Amino acid sequence: MRHGQYRFIVGFLVLPLALYAVFVISPFAQSFYYSLTNWTGVSPAFEFIGFRNFQNLMDDALFLRALRNNAVLLVVMPVVVILLALFFAFLLNVGGRGSRSGVQGVRGSGFYKLAFFLPQVLSVPVIAVIWAVIFDPTGSGLANSVLRRVGLGSAGWLSDPNLALYCVLWVLVWGSVGFYLVLFNAAMSSIPRDIFEAAVLDGAGRVSTFFRVTIPLLWDTIQTAWVYLAILALDVYALVAVMTAGPGGPNNSTQVISLQIAQNGFQFGRAGYASAIGVVLFFITLLIAAIMLRATRRERIEY
Amino acid sequence: MNTPNDYSRRLFLQRAMLASVAAAGGSVLAGCASGGDDPADISKGAAKSAKNPFGVKADAPLDVVIFKGGYGDDYAKFHEELYKNSFRGATIKHAGITDIRQQLQPRFNSGNPPDVIDNSGAEQLPLSTLADTGQLTDLTELFDTESIDGGKIRDSLIPVALEAGEYGGKTLVLNYALEVYGLWYDKTLFDKNGWAPAETWADFLDLCKEIKSAGIAPMAHQGKYPYYIQQVVMDMAVKHGGLGVVTAIDSLEPNAWKNDSVKMAAEALLEIKSKGYMLEGTEGLDHIQSQTRWNEGKAAFIPSGSWLENEQKEVAPEGFATTVAPTPLMDGSQLPFECTRVSAAEAFIVPTKAKNVAGGLEFLRIMLSKEGAAKFTELTAAPTVVQGAGEGLDLTPAAASASALVEAGADSNWNYYYFNWYSPMKPKVETAFGELAAGRVTADEFCNAAQKAADETAKDPQTQKRTRS
Repeated sequence: MRHGQYRFIVGFLVLPLALYAVFVISPFAQSFYYSLTNWTGVSPAFEFIGFRNFQNLMDDALFLRALRNNAVLLVVMPVVVILLALFFAFLLNVGGRGSRSGVQGVRGSGFYKLAFFLPQVLSVPVIAVIWAVIFDPTGSGLANSVLRRVGLGSAGWLSDPNLALYCVLWVLVWGSVGFYLVLFNAAMSSIPRDIFEAAVLDGAGRVSTFFRVTIPLLWDTIQTAWVYLAILALDVYALVAVMTAGPGGPNNSTQVISLQIAQNGFQFGRAGYASAIGVVLFFITLLIAAIMLRATRRERIEY
Repeated sequence: MNTPNDYSRRLFLQRAMLASVAAAGGSVLAGCASGGDDPADISKGAAKSAKNPFGVKADAPLDVVIFKGGYGDDYAKFHEELYKNSFRGATIKHAGITDIRQQLQPRFNSGNPPDVIDNSGAEQLPLSTLADTGQLTDLTELFDTESIDGGKIRDSLIPVALEAGEYGGKTLVLNYALEVYGLWYDKTLFDKNGWAPAETWADFLDLCKEIKSAGIAPMAHQGKYPYYIQQVVMDMAVKHGGLGVVTAIDSLEPNAWKNDSVKMAAEALLEIKSKGYMLEGTEGLDHIQSQTRWNEGKAAFIPSGSWLENEQKEVAPEGFATTVAPTPLMDGSQLPFECTRVSAAEAFIVPTKAKNVAGGLEFLRIMLSKEGAAKFTELTAAPTVVQGAGEGLDLTPAAASASALVEAGADSNWNYYYFNWYSPMKPKVETAFGELAAGRVTADEFCNAAQKAADETAKDPQTQKRTRS
């Protein structure tokens, strides 16, 4: 019987594991291998060149520029998204006026949830195109029309090297808040109501409820969100490729690592070098995920 | 562990994975690939004759991949019919696609490429890499062969066709469509206002002033892709300093970009910008947005190539006469006003590892016949590199003005190659042009930035250096 049971389990696992090995593990392993070669990407012939690709990376101004831009996104984006999502989720759950029925969300919270989540339904290139139109730098652009109405003149948006990265950042935030709002919302609704009611009874206002009750109870979810968002901030390929000039932005102001991988690998015929950038990105992602999980570890609160 | 936020990452990974899987196929199949050296037997299948100069085996299959972009792929289907008329037994596999690289990369990696490829579009294979790794058949034999209409093929082509396909002294690529670059305007609008393209820089500025006072921006450009405005600066620089300006740049000579002519042209562009003659915000517009505004009459001139009319035909209002003008001459220019950059595009290649190399060459020979080329022009409204193939055809305003400019410019027409030759240098130089067009740098800073990109390319051991004869 036992024997048969193992065979049953193995039978289920073979296919997914094989798929995982072929489509996930082997490409990773191959990238490591190709990063040590001068493979062009369009020829079966290549040579093993050791760590030269990695040495060249250190002098590659564009790569360093991309690294810096990714770092800006990495620091700012997760914080902004998490704070906004938490704030909105809090309002939707417990932000409403206290009444006889106890703690509740603001009026129309169902509609807000839907509205916030809507960007998630759109694919990234669609989002990029929509925002590229909104950020139209001529006078007739939507963003510029609004600015002019309130008497602030007009801006170059994506064509301004000082603004372009922040425009990308904004679109990232806009596209992500909805999902994390729903995530936090789900986590918050699983917190027993009576904890909030007890806090209110003890005289806690909205602000102290938020910081002293909600955040500690959501810590696990926030931690997960943080890691996901960090990974997202290290990518942003599609947004940058579709939305920004070049692509890569005016004066490389929105250059990112993933774009460098694509350019080197596909346009310059330097798949080996692109693999080396990929390997670096792999380790950066791994390192950041590890650091974040370690740094944000707290004692778990049971309820 | 997928969140919907992994979307872009997923998209990217999918692509990366495709490439890696392709690579896997490549390395796993490498044994098969290098073992597959027998295709040569097929190409040597038949005896060579005047009617069959490459010795195509009549029943050998032919595998044709065409970039189905602005020109479509109907012309190729016509060429395939012609091919079948000569080789009745041949089965032709035709593919009209846009993602050339994604589909063909694995086939190159496994040593099993098609026989003829139109390697064009945004997703094209890196030509210089293919050339440097010896994967392209030398077309010299083709050009020295008798054309279907009589006489050597070489002599029936516009010279730029041969020059544009040259890599390391060998002609490896057949660029089929002729492209004419310049400043494009609506002749109807100009006639109505009594304007005409200006020949000198001073006159051009006066014209811009007049256009601006009529409430139209004198110039727009596709700022998101600085490649377009680059044309104008390069054209003015070459006209001022002669062809030597651009051969030095193409050959990555030291200080080539710091040439006085380049600097003057850069200053000219800055003057247009600083005098407010550019459409507001044009630096952030892509080709569709800017060209549409130009069609709407919000801007008078826009830099582009001879495909512009076809590209905009859905948007252009009735009566809009897309017409090309050469760039104006700066003081002391060496070349005449009526000449411009003329290049050849739609890069047709025959891979060395193709199974039917002889068939591929024969297919190109059919394309280069007057009948084949005339059909292309008829179907696409674009001229080919075959001389006189468009004679007698009814031309649109754009095609007519472009053909007239090519004829007027004759030997003064010029071309550059650094964008094709040195792909990693391209985005760097484009960035420099983008900053210049936005007026964020001085002409000197622009020259230094472009020169720095050229010097880096010249020093890069992975880049094959080329020189122009």
